[in-house]
This record gives sequence, C-alpha cells and structure tokens, in this order.
Amino acid sequence: MNFLLNITPWPAVSALLWIVFAVTAMYLARVTAHQAIRAGARTLSRTFRIAAKMVSKGRHDLDQRNREVLLAAGREAKERIIEREFDRVNETVRTDLANYPKLHRALSESITRIEEDHQQAVDVPPDPPGWVKAVEAVAKIDSSEGRVGIGNVLSDIHKSLVKAHAQSMVSYRHESGKRHALLRRMRPDWRKIQVTLGHVGKNVDSLLDRSVTIDRHMQEYEDIVSGKDHAVSILSSSSLVQFFVSAFVLLVAIGGATINFSLIARPMAEMVGGTGLIGGFRTADIAALVIIMVEISMGLFLMESLRITRLFPVIGALPDKMRIRMVWITFTILFLLACVEAGLAFMREVLLQDELATSALLRGADAAAAEAATLSGEYYWITTAAQMGMGFILPFALVFVAIPLETFVHSLRTVLGMLVNGLLRVLSTTLRLAGNTFRYFGSLFIKIYDLPLFVPLWLQERAERRNGGKKPSYQGVL
Amino acid sequence: MKILTIVLSCAILVACTRSTADNHGVYMLLDTSGTYSEELKKAEQIIRYTLSRLDATDTFAVARIDTGSFSEKDIVAKVTLDDRPSAMNKQKRLFAQRVQKFVASVRSSRYTDITGGILQGIEFLNEKSPARKTILIFSDLKEDLAEGYVRDIALELDGFNVIALNVTKLRSDNINPREYLERVSDWQSLVEKAGGKWRVINDLDGLEGLF
Repeated sequence: MNFLLNITPWPAVSALLWIVFAVTAMYLARVTAHQAIRAGARTLSRTFRIAAKMVSKGRHDLDQRNREVLLAAGREAKERIIEREFDRVNETVRTDLANYPKLHRALSESITRIEEDHQQAVDVPPDPPGWVKAVEAVAKIDSSEGRVGIGNVLSDIHKSLVKAHAQSMVSYRHESGKRHALLRRMRPDWRKIQVTLGHVGKNVDSLLDRSVTIDRHMQEYEDIVSGKDHAVSILSSSSLVQFFVSAFVLLVAIGGATINFSLIARPMAEMVGGTGLIGGFRTADIAALVIIMVEISMGLFLMESLRITRLFPVIGALPDKMRIRMVWITFTILFLLACVEAGLAFMREVLLQDELATSALLRGADAAAAEAATLSGEYYWITTAAQMGMGFILPFALVFVAIPLETFVHSLRTVLGMLVNGLLRVLSTTLRLAGNTFRYFGSLFIKIYDLPLFVPLWLQERAERRNGGKKPSYQGVL
Repeated sequence: MKILTIVLSCAILVACTRSTADNHGVYMLLDTSGTYSEELKKAEQIIRYTLSRLDATDTFAVARIDTGSFSEKDIVAKVTLDDRPSAMNKQKRLFAQRVQKFVASVRSSRYTDITGGILQGIEFLNEKSPARKTILIFSDLKEDLAEGYVRDIALELDGFNVIALNVTKLRSDNINPREYLERVSDWQSLVEKAGGKWRVINDLDGLEGLF
C-alpha cells in the first residue's frame, strides 16, 4: 500500500495525484459506468418483478383451485345434508302418511257415526196439545144451541189438557234422554278425531319445518353452485373450525392409542421375543403398533361399510349385501382383536407381578417377602380387570377415529391451500419489493458514483452554459 | 417389478436384525480358598445384583477359584437369558437358588488358581461372543498355585473388562501395605498388558457403577 504513496517524495502529493488520476478515470468512464449500473439495476429489478408476477399468477391459480376444491367439498357436503333431509322427509311420509288411507277410513267412520248419531239426536218438537181443537169446537157452538154446558166442557178440556201435558212431558223427557245418550256416544268419536287430526297436524308441521330447512339448504347449495364469494367465505371459515376441532379429537385419539400401545407392548415380548429388532425398533413394539394400526384400519372399514364416512368410495359403492357382509367381517375381526388385547393386558399384569417377585428375590428378600412385595390379595383383581377392560374397550373406541380423520383429511386440503396461498402472497410481495429496491438502488449508485466527480461536473456544466446551455446526454435516462 | 420385489426383500432382511449386538457376557470368579470363603455371602449379594441388571440374551456364569480353576467343572452356574420376559425371570430365580445352595455348602480349597480361572473365563466368554465381556474377580488377589501348575501364559484380554471385587487385606498386608499395593498393581499391569481394562471395587455398597 505504501508504494502508492511513494510515487513522489511527498506522500500528500502522491495521494493528490492518485485522486486526480482516479477522478479523471471515473469521469471518462462515467457514461459507460452509468449505463452498466443502470443495466444491472434494471435487469435485477425486472427479474424480480417477473418472478413476483409468476408467483402472483401461481398464487392466483392456487387460489382458484382452492376455491374450486372448497366449493366442490361444500357442494358434496351440502348434497349429503339435503339427501339426508329428504331421507328424513321420506321416512316421515313413509311411516306416518302411509297410514293415511287407514286414518282416512277411521276418520270417515267416525264422522259417519257422528252424523248418524246427530241425525238421531235431532230435537223433535212435542205434539201440539189436543185442546186447541176442543177450543175450536167450543167456539163453533151456536148461541141457539145454548152455552149452558160450556163450563163443564171447559172443565173437561182442562183435565184432558193437564193429562196430555203430563204425557207429552214424559215422552219429551224420554226422547231427550235418548238424545243425550246419543250425544254421549259421540264424545269418544270426537276425541278420536281430535287426536287423529292433532297427530296429522304434527306430521304436517314437521314436514313444513323440514321443508323450511330444505329450502335453506337449497339456497346455500345454489350459492355454492353459483360460486358466490359469500358461500366461499362461509365454507372456508367452517373448514378452519372443522380442521381444529378434528385435530383436537385426533390428538385425544392418539393419546388413547398410546395408552393402548403401552398395555400390549410388554406382553408382546412373550410372543415375538423381547430383543428382536426391525429397523432399529423392538419387534415387540412394532407388533403392538401393527395390532393397533390394524384395529384402526378395521374401524375405518367398518365406518365406511356403515356409510358413516366416505374415505373409500369403493366400499361405499359396494352392493348392499356385500357391504353388510363387510360390516360383519370387520366387526368380527375387531372383536377378536379386542379379545386378544384383553388377554395381553391380563398377561401384562401377570408379567409385572412376576418381575416384581423376581426383583424382590434378587434384592435378598425371602420367598414370602417376595410374594408380599407384589400387589397381592384382594386388590389385585381391580388393576387386572381395569387393564383387561381397557384392552377390550379401546379398540372399539378407536373405531370412531374414522369420523374426525375424514373431517381432518378434507379440511386439511383447504387449510394447506390457504397456508400455501399466504406464503405465496408474502413471497410475491417480497419479490416485488426487492425489484423496486434494486431499481432505486440503481439511481442511488449513479448519484454515489457522481459524488467524487463534483469538480469536473461543475466545470462541464459551466462550459455547457457558455456553449448555449446544452444538457449532458446522461440526464433523464433513469 | 422384479427389481422392486428384490429391493424390498433386501430392505426387510436388512431391517430384521437381532439385538445380540449389545448383549453382555459376565463371568464371575469366586475365591474359595482359606479364610476368604467366609466372604462368599457378600459374593451372593453381588451375584443377585448382577442378575437384576442383566437383560434378555445376556450371559452370566459363576465359577469357583480353587486349586486348578482352568476347568468347566469349576463353573457353579451359567445361563444365557431367554428373550421372553417370563422365561428370563424364571432363569434368574433358578440361578439365584443354585448360587445360594453353593454358598451354603462350599468347602475351602488349599490353593488359589486365579489365572486359571481367568483363562477359563476368557474361553467361556469368547465362545459365547457377547458384545461386552466382563470378568468379575471376587478375591483377595493372592495367587497360590500348587506345585506343577503352569500359569505363565499370556492372557488375551482385548475387549474385556476385568473388575476385582472386595480385594481384602491380608494380615501380612497390614504389616507391610506395600505387599497389597504391589499385588493389586501387578494384576492391573497384567490385565492392561493383555489388552483389558482394569478396575477395583472394594465398597460393595456402591455397586451402581459396576456395569
């Protein structure tokens, strides 16, 4: 470095000479240097902007695909719901309205009976009293005939009237009694009709409610089919909720499977040996894991065969007879595996007691003390029974993993799509930002390049002014 | 498809390995000479502790040191533990009972052939070829060979751990401790020259570091 300052006897002069030389060289190379900086900055800027555009396009495509996937999943789910609602309506119609002819006949019979009874219960007016005719006869008696005996006649009439009235009252009461009896007989029929109509009313109301629900689902289905943003928004938020809920339930299931594993891993060593290794893992552990995996698989197949989940369309599409056969086969295998697990859980307890006894013996205790060291006596059966019970129940409990698993798999697609979409959005923004940064860095570097050249540039400007104000060619390029 | 089948079969065969690669072989020598036979109760405790620490496929043998110890007849009990837990526990219990019976009925010998015992131990463990080999010597390390017994044989102890347990001080050691120190040092140099690792544990309450 020193040799640079030794080109003249005076270092300061040497340095000054070097500065002058450098400034001159930079001034002469200024246009080319500006072009190089500009070209470099432009290249980098364009590269990054193109990359940002590509990422943005990829994100858009992914967004579109996610939207399609979400809509397809939503459409499928909604179809299932609507199908189920129609099934319910069908069931209601089949069970309740299939009895309609019978109901109708019962109603008609009741009504006919009521009509007949009503007809018979019509209030018959009592016969007009006979004395009217007698009065007419009295009135027609001529004066010539004399009206001496009229008093006697009227007295007779009165008697006969009282007698007739008494008879008609008896008759009237008798008839009224009959009518009341008929009306009493009508009462159960009325009640029956009321109950029947109430039942029919309930069914009709239930159908109306269902129809309102179906209308709502149909409206949502139409929104999904037409791909409305509102529907997509609802579906994506619902998908997120489903994802987290199913993930939580799966975690619980994993906990159950772990407990199950610890129940059967130790006694498995009795069957496959305790020292064999497969790929660095104990064979007994792998065997226990395989049993649990087989149980979960059987549970999946069982749920598929029952058409509760739809992870394997092949199983769902099987003929009903074959499907039901599959239900029984998978259930039988599960039952056998549960029995095996219960047996292994029992074996685990036996081994544990054996190990405790051996350890006690090796610690120097005598046989009686070794026996006492184990969990003996009346409480021993509690842990054994609990372990056996867990060994038997857990395989069946794991069957239900299929439901959250299906939800998890379906919602995972959407959640992953959203995550990747977010990442691509961040990447695109970063790339665009980098492109712009490089563009402005190009301008900045040009200014920085010109900074040490302020003296020649000032001189150049003065000279140009003197020559008529011609501007330098590099200006206004950027 | 054939290639895929072959590759998969090879992968499965490679993956399926026995875990004998980390098993342990222990050969324990019990000094039954003179007054040292009174210490054998302590040896029984060590044997029980050793049994509790051994796992499936491990090998354990207990042999006595007497006038001529280079003999299979001196092996009191030997076992290679089964890899089924129930069978292994049974083997351990039987082994402990056999040792207990031996300790109860042992008769002291006139001479002490430690080298012969070590040679027998080397032969036994090499035959079993465990991953780790340990020879435990429960003795005062005072060798006393009968006339005519040749024991100036080079030992092959490469890969062996030799642990001397309960090396008691003799009456003469109390008079001249140098004897004791030299005796221990001689054994150490003999073992280390033969390629083995040497350790002495006299505090039998601290057996945690035995294996």
